[in-house]
Amino acid sequence: MTTDQPGRPALQVRDLSVTTRSGTHLLSDLTFAIADGERVGLIGESGSGKSLTALAVMGLLSESLTATGGIRVSGHERNLIGEREGALSRLRGTTMAMVFQEPMTALNPTMRVGQQVAEVLTIHRRARGAQARERAVALLDQVGLPEPAETAHAFPHQLSGGQRQRVVIAMALANDPALLVCDEPTTALDVTVQDKVLGLIVDGVEARDAALLFITHDLAVVSRVCERVLVMYGGRIVESGPVGQVFAAPRHHYTAGLVAASALTGPRGGLSAIPGTVPSAGRFPTGCVFRTRCAAATSECEIQPRWDAAGAQGWACHHPIGAS
Amino acid sequence: MTSLLRRSGLGRLNASLVLGGTLVTLVALAALVSIVWTPYPPMRVLSGVGNFDPPSGSHWFGIGFRRDIFSQVIAGAQTTLLVGVVAVGLAALVGVPLGLVAAMGPRWLSELVMRTSDLVLAFPALLLAIMLAAIYGQGRVVAMVAIGIASIPTFARVTRSGSLAVLASDFVLAARAAGRGPLGIAVRHVLPNIAGLLIVQASVAFALAILAEAALAYLGLGTPPDTPSWGRMLLEATPVLHRAPHLAIFPGLAIAISVLGFNLLGDGLRDRLDPKLLERS
Repeated sequence: MTTDQPGRPALQVRDLSVTTRSGTHLLSDLTFAIADGERVGLIGESGSGKSLTALAVMGLLSESLTATGGIRVSGHERNLIGEREGALSRLRGTTMAMVFQEPMTALNPTMRVGQQVAEVLTIHRRARGAQARERAVALLDQVGLPEPAETAHAFPHQLSGGQRQRVVIAMALANDPALLVCDEPTTALDVTVQDKVLGLIVDGVEARDAALLFITHDLAVVSRVCERVLVMYGGRIVESGPVGQVFAAPRHHYTAGLVAASALTGPRGGLSAIPGTVPSAGRFPTGCVFRTRCAAATSECEIQPRWDAAGAQGWACHHPIGAS
Repeated sequence: MTSLLRRSGLGRLNASLVLGGTLVTLVALAALVSIVWTPYPPMRVLSGVGNFDPPSGSHWFGIGFRRDIFSQVIAGAQTTLLVGVVAVGLAALVGVPLGLVAAMGPRWLSELVMRTSDLVLAFPALLLAIMLAAIYGQGRVVAMVAIGIASIPTFARVTRSGSLAVLASDFVLAARAAGRGPLGIAVRHVLPNIAGLLIVQASVAFALAILAEAALAYLGLGTPPDTPSWGRMLLEATPVLHRAPHLAIFPGLAIAISVLGFNLLGDGLRDRLDPKLLERS
């Protein structure tokens, strides 16, 4: 399916499916890999399963959901699905780390931020006591917080949203993870702050040669941050490939719709939107998940389309754009 | 009252907090003072006094069975506070971990804890104390344990509901994503965020414990006769109530004041601490 990287990638997901107790498929057969130092975007409308993918990778799915398939991270031999919670805890925060969307609530309001950063080090016994506190201040400095020594003593409510997100990033990068998962890390931020935080994330993963899985619905952000992009709809990856290529010449009609909706001027001069809305989980059609909203859909689309690839770009569509 | 306090610059401390705090301090002060000094030895039968002399300059709350009532009342504060502290401490020590387990553990364990607590809750503390007294003999320890056990369910419930709210928050998910185990999350993230809730609960439970202790002593199940206790004083006052009401009035007032004090303190603290520490972030 998606281009697999040579050697052992930082993250390898194979046929990942997530189902509810009642048997509803929330994610279906996701397969992708992210190499060391590679930055991959995951885009799609709300309700496409982006965040769920992130949680599944981190092993943080709610107990009422069942995951099947394979998730492997570098430095750990066994499949993360079905792995013991203890082993997962040791991987989280060390091998893989995550930055959440909402900086306002992602920090414990009763704990000083320096302490929270230091804790990430002490949990995994990377440092202790005064040494951990020093490292925490250094990390806060690295993420560009002014007067890090004093900021370390602040409580979260004394910091702005952007500053808090910097703290969250410092926590995520504290143990030099091999994989950083970011779930819409800048959506809640000011546009002016957004770019700085994005730069911070890119610099952070570049300095560590870490893999980045970056979830967003903002295509401009993807092109700013990522090299490769996965387009998700209805719990499936419908298209993937290098960012420039996919956005310039999308093959899947959903991707084309996303790109058109992001452009400030649509074909008729106004904003263009994808017709219809994202169905709720379990109400996606059989066959191609997008066929109910797709202008090009035919009876053929009732069968799940095969994964086609041309070079680094791949798609799952019976009637790809640009085909005769 | 509130406007008065506001004008006097105490507006930010709410009225119930100030009044409750004052009353509780008063009771605690009485208990502390009585350890080192009482006007007369509280339980000693005095000579040169009548059986039921009314309050006078030398015996402020009067005489009951030739003993100084004021000395008994302030010494009784010791018993009250001791029973309260031990009972609430026991309830919190058992109830809080149970509540945490119920919030974080598997579903069956949570069900087990909560249904058991329903069972205990349905069982009156007094009945429990009578049972325990029948088995272990009457005494202060039995009273404390009985009141403590009866207060466990409320602590478990308050802890559970508070914990569930905290566990649903992003920072707990973030902590898990950073590799924090369940114990670390409970101790470092959940408990500090429900501390306010628990302090309020402790204060209210304390008031209930004082009442329960007085009731048990009144039934003759609590404090032994040689120790001053407000409930026991009420018990002793009963047969002579029509002749010497002051025997019942002063210990009764002491109970009312301390219960009111702890309830007001709990209310005041609730207003100060409870309005969602989480939302203030």
